[in-house]
This record gives sequence, structure tokens and C-alpha cells, in this order.
Amino acid sequence: MPKEKFDILESTCIPLPLENVDTDQIIPARFLSATSREGFGNNLFRDWRYKKTGEKNIEFVLNNPVYSGTVLVAGKNFGTGSSREHAVWAIFDYGFRAVVSSFFADIFMNNSLNNGLLPVIIPEDLLKKLMDLIQKDPSTRVKIDLEKQTFTIIPTGDTVSFNINPYKKECMLKGLDDIDFLLSMKNKITSFEKSKSLSE
Amino acid sequence: MKAKTLFDKIWDEHIVRSIEDGPDVLYIDRHYIHEVTSPQAFNGLKERGIPVFRPDKTIATADHNIPTKDQHLAIRNELARNQVETLSENCRIYGIELFGMNHPKNGIVHVIGPELGYTLPGMTIVCGDSHTATHGAFGTIAFGIGTSEVEMVLATQCILQPKPKKMRISVNGVLGKGVTSKDIIMYIISEISTGGGTGYFVEFSGSAITGLTMEARMTICNMAIEMGARGGLIAPDETTFDYLKRLPDIPGKVDLDSAVAQWRKLKSDNEAKFDRELEFDASLIKPMITYGTNPGMGITVDGSIPIKEKNSKEATASFLKSLDYMGFKPGMKLLGHPIDYIFLGSCTNGRIEDFRAFAQIINGRKKAPGVTALIVPGSKKVEELMASEGLTEIYNKAGFEVRQPGCSSCLAMNEDKIPAGKYAVSTSNRNFEGRQGPGARTLLASPLTAAAAAITGKITDPREFIN
Repeated sequence: MPKEKFDILESTCIPLPLENVDTDQIIPARFLSATSREGFGNNLFRDWRYKKTGEKNIEFVLNNPVYSGTVLVAGKNFGTGSSREHAVWAIFDYGFRAVVSSFFADIFMNNSLNNGLLPVIIPEDLLKKLMDLIQKDPSTRVKIDLEKQTFTIIPTGDTVSFNINPYKKECMLKGLDDIDFLLSMKNKITSFEKSKSLSE
Repeated sequence: MKAKTLFDKIWDEHIVRSIEDGPDVLYIDRHYIHEVTSPQAFNGLKERGIPVFRPDKTIATADHNIPTKDQHLAIRNELARNQVETLSENCRIYGIELFGMNHPKNGIVHVIGPELGYTLPGMTIVCGDSHTATHGAFGTIAFGIGTSEVEMVLATQCILQPKPKKMRISVNGVLGKGVTSKDIIMYIISEISTGGGTGYFVEFSGSAITGLTMEARMTICNMAIEMGARGGLIAPDETTFDYLKRLPDIPGKVDLDSAVAQWRKLKSDNEAKFDRELEFDASLIKPMITYGTNPGMGITVDGSIPIKEKNSKEATASFLKSLDYMGFKPGMKLLGHPIDYIFLGSCTNGRIEDFRAFAQIINGRKKAPGVTALIVPGSKKVEELMASEGLTEIYNKAGFEVRQPGCSSCLAMNEDKIPAGKYAVSTSNRNFEGRQGPGARTLLASPLTAAAAAITGKITDPREFIN
């Protein structure tokens, strides 16, 4: 089934200058009881956005009206921990379309690529520069060009290339679905099974 | 012929097709599913109007969201009940074997798979759960996947995966008394951090590893994910084959004798090259405990909390936030610190050997009055064994109530939540902020360390109780 395409994204950013942000923070376990994919954005970073009393924690960046945008900039080793894809759904449903960091956990990275959320890896020193810039001037815009695989901080002109698996890049550019691809090769799969006598 | 690692041998055997500049299409031998990460995957199948391709290779359990008491009654929490019923309904519609709550074979997915003979050497195994790495203890490529990938495997019995790099971690030497496989893996993660294995699949080897029982090996592989690795495996050997031979049943038409002959070939060639190699000396490892909010923030139980992270010039904001959450200070010692809860269970340490180890320390003693203990067998089989071995009686006499199987307090999706601000010594695998309940303060440890804390009511070196 066709998905949203990713092409060129230009936006202001929301800074999260914390390292090792795990998926339990992104979406706490008590919100995993849903049986559909909708509505997870409401519970993104739930226990950081809201105090125990239920009122908003105005100290948390998502509640600071000064910041906006569809790009989340996070400290290294983002998305560590549980494989819950719900973390990606929460980030995407909230409105983000890209996460920028110097290092991502593997499973989170895979899950992101499978859901049209682009993980962009930039060098650590540039990440720090970007984080500082955004916090000084929240109107700082970045440009992410998936085709060219470039990341640019617009006001300074700093540009770097970022890596992405070529197959996944193609899927994101064209809005293609992995499952349609696999279903199209069913014959090859059954041949494989026969060759290994795997189908009983 | 080029020398190959065990990982390469298994991976290459399962490639249906390699995509140029892309991932491999990998055939999956065993797909485990549970109630939390499967509903949306089944919805996807319904939307496409397609069946589950290989229901006979799919095994289901309800474990994450179920209560661990009064399982004979309907689940009180509406969302949990709905999710568990959804799994039952999906298994019924698609013809998948389900070991649901109250089934005699029910339990935590990574506990029941091996004990029921569904995990066999040389397999590729996936589940929508990061601790799928556990099954690597049998010499399998086992890893956690997201719900979209669960749908992929249900639809085609295949998954698209880029091949990770290979790391070998060798642990040699003799483990000291009172030091367990949990301490080995916690020590390794504290040395290389939660990102140290990212991008790699790990093979654990060395005399300290091969000297472990299968259950102890499962604890090690289980936490490979906590160092960021895709998974971890241990080459099968006589210990593995003995374990499998002693199981009451191996499902499917498996001729064990000829299978074992094949499985003996499952090891890395001597000349095989790994992308990274690390070595550790087991005799230097002591009982471990975490002090922070990720599994890498661990120290020896008698050690001091560091004043900053290993490779930083000074304490980062994250480090200080973590300590603040835990109510600890840099440089502090943890020995003697009072604790409120202990949790014995989870896919990391919820097997019969873990309950025997804990019993070793509590036998003839009493639980400290201020401590609330959650004792949760990993499966119905474990629960039964505890009773038949007389362990349940030992626990009860010491003031510990044995609950029913489930993931329970490890991630606290059910009622087994640790209250805010309370300290819990837990034999599970993650100590993230709020993992065991909003505001809960988790200290990861081995069953022996948890037992010692349960008796004294404070963080205690378990070696004091070992002769």
C-alpha cells in the first residue's frame, strides 16, 4: 500500500539535548495497549510533557511555544531500548517527519525507515553546533534533501552528506511498501522452501 | 573456501534473495508473537485480504499485558483484556497455535519457546520484542522486530534486513562464587555502553561462556540488545544438545540424532574474521548493580557511583539527570542503601535455575519486613517445577508469595507497578526512567543479589550469604 513520499524537507527544529533517549520515554509501556496505529502522538514523551498531576510541564521543550517544526534534533543514541514501533508512530503522529542525531539505535532506525520517518545522522560536532543555534535562535531552519542525501543548516550554510540504505531511500522517495515488494516474490520464497525442504 | 563465522553460516543459509545495494530477504524459521506488537500487523493482513503465509511456523502467547494473580478471572483492565482477546481472535482466524493465559504451556514468550522445543540450533527467529535475542543461546540468529516487520513475516515468512557487522566477545576464566551470568552481561554492558554493540551481531565465546548452563546462556544473549547489538548467539555444543534431548517433546518431525549431527557443524571456523573482538576475564567480575537509568550505568555491588561517564571530560546533563531521578549522588556507595521492592522474574531471569538460586539464599531466612516482593515465574512449567521441587514451600515459609507467570513488573504494563520514588532491585533487563512505573527507581541485579536485598532490606553483597 502506498505511503507518504519523502522528498525535500525544510523546517524549523525542536531541540532535545539529551543523550540515550530510550523508547520507554518516547512512548511509555502503559500506552501500548492499543490495537490500532492511531493517536500515539498524544502520548509522545508523555511523562516528560505532563506532570504527575496531569498539568503540562512547561519546562519540557514540546510545551515551549518558542519551538516548532517537523524536525526533531536529539542527542546521541536516540531510540535505544525496546523495539516498540509505537515510538516511531508517536513521533510521526505528533507531526515530525525527520529526526536528526549523531547516533541511532538499530531497531529504532529500522522502524523509522519502515514508517516514512527519516533518521538523519550528522557528525557530533555539527549536532552540537545545531543544538546551540536552535536554542539561541528558534527560527533556525534546516533543509534535508533525501535525493541528494544532504543536510543543511540554512542560516550558516553548513552542509553535510548523510548515509541511508539505498533500498530504503528508494522506498521513501517513492512511497513504496516493503510488504508489496515481498508479496511480489512469493514464488521465489516457495522455491526457496522447497530447496531446503522447509514446507512440511 | 573462505572461513565463516557461525553468524555468516546461518545468515547465508537463509537468504532468499540479496537486493543490490540493499537488504537481504531472509527466510524466518520461527516467528513468535504476543498480544502487544501483533494487533496492527494482523489489521494490515486484513486490509490486504491475505492469510498468514506459514501459520505452522508461528507461535503465540499472551504475556506482556496479563495479570500475575487471579488469572482464572477475566482481565480487569479493559484495554489489556481487549488486546489479549484480539490476539485470541486473530490466532483463531489465521490458524496460529496460541498458548494463552491459563493454558498449561503459557508464559513469557522467550521462556516458553526454548522450554517447549520451538527454538532449535541454526534457526532464524524473530518476534516483535527486542529480547528475542534470548534464543541466540541455542546458536540461532534471533532478533527483535517492529510491528511492520511482524506484518511482513506473517505475510511472507520473510523479512528484509541489512546484514549487521560481526563482533565476538570472549569471556575466559573462572567465575567467582556468587557471581552469575547476569553479572557477566551487566559487566560487559557497563564497559562498552548501551551503544557499544550497535550495528553488530555478537557471538559470545570463551570458557566462562561454554561453562554456563543453557538458562544462564539465555540470560547473556537476552541482554545483548542492551548493548545496542542486533542480537547475540552462542555456538551450540553438548550442553545444548543435552538440554534438547531432555525436553519432553520437540514439535515437528525432528529426528534428534541426525539433527544433532548437523548441529555439531554450527560453529565459527577457526580462521573466521570478526569486525570487532573484545575479551574479558571472568575472574575479575563481581556481583553487579545499576545506579542509573540505562543498563550500562552499572557498578559492582560494593563499588562507588562514578562522578561522570567513562569517556566524558565532565558529567553530562543526561548523567546528572539520571542520578537526580534515582536520588543518588556521584561518588556515593550503594551498599547498605535501603530498598522497597524486589522483582524476581522476566525473560532475563525467570527460569527455574533463577528461582533455585534465589531460594538458596532465602531458605531458612525471612523476607525483610519493609520489602514488597514480586516473585513471578517465567512460565506455567516453571511454576509447576517450583512446586514439585519444594521451592514454593521455601518461598512461602520465608514470607514470599509466588505469583503466576507473565512479564509483570519488567515493563509494568499490568498492575505490577513499582510506585513513584520507590527503589526496586529487579532481575529484569531495563532500568529506564519510569520503566517499572512512573517515577519508579530500578536497580538491575542478579537473582542472588536480589535475594540478599530481599532478606536484609538493603543493597547487599550476595557473597555474604554464599559459603
